[in-house]
Amino acid sequence: MKSSVIIFPGSNCDRDMDVALKKFGFKNTMVWHNDDKLPKSDLIVLPGGFSYGDYLRCGSIAGKSKIINSVIDFAKTGGLVLGICNGFQILTETGLLPGVLLQNKNIEFICKNVFVKINDKNNKYFNKINKEILELHIAHNEGNYFCSDDELKEIENNNQIAAYYCDEKGNCDNDSNPNGALKNIAGILNKEKNILGMMPHPERMIDKYLSGEDGSIFFKNLLKNLKI
Amino acid sequence: MKIKVVVTLKNGVLDPQGKAIQQTLNGMGYSNVQGVRQGKFFDLEIAENDEAKAKAVAEEMCKKLLANLVIEDFKIL
Repeated sequence: MKSSVIIFPGSNCDRDMDVALKKFGFKNTMVWHNDDKLPKSDLIVLPGGFSYGDYLRCGSIAGKSKIINSVIDFAKTGGLVLGICNGFQILTETGLLPGVLLQNKNIEFICKNVFVKINDKNNKYFNKINKEILELHIAHNEGNYFCSDDELKEIENNNQIAAYYCDEKGNCDNDSNPNGALKNIAGILNKEKNILGMMPHPERMIDKYLSGEDGSIFFKNLLKNLKI
Repeated sequence: MKIKVVVTLKNGVLDPQGKAIQQTLNGMGYSNVQGVRQGKFFDLEIAENDEAKAKAVAEEMCKKLLANLVIEDFKIL
């Protein structure tokens, strides 16, 4: 399976993502934001970081970069696009995913491990994943998911909420909500379920000695689903 | 021609920075400050002499980039 990771000026999780994808068997290519064509890929990843210094709004400038038109075309023809953290912010700014990531409720940069509960498995990312609650890492200042009441109704009706923040046991409440996100939303899918944006970083949890292995579960499962 | 644009958060959208500024102002003794909403101001220099045309292009830019209409409103001054 072939993947591509887009590098924007200010991306800083691009190489971590490259390491993770290769570790689980993807043939990965790094793509510069100023290119206009994507290599043939089964998966495009928009990595975490601070693209364009978070100028204007997080992800807004990257959302208009040269490569992004090819990413949008790829996504609209059903190609898998995964946005992590800043990548999630970019996906909302392009309009590929509904809503927006606001500044964290407590105005603090949050960097810690959290638990997320997978909500929808009817997609290539989480189909048949053998763990419901994953321990992943978050590191962001703008991760507070927000959308209008009408949009919320629509994404709930379409089962577009990919994952919720929760505690170790899977309880989703204020105490397990790190950033004030609406309904504890940690990740969102598009209606067609080929685009996933999420704030937590699976690529930071791929080594049992350094962190944890719940990210490994995510990548292994994704690869398995892509091969079917 | 110079066009000025103000972008503000919509009513109901959480503005933690505005809240922190308000609390600070209150703490400094300005106890009559009941609310602060923080926004952005843009000074656009547009190569266009027709004011209506310049404002129209500014509006288009607001919708496409300068404001995120999910959470923000814009005003062309």
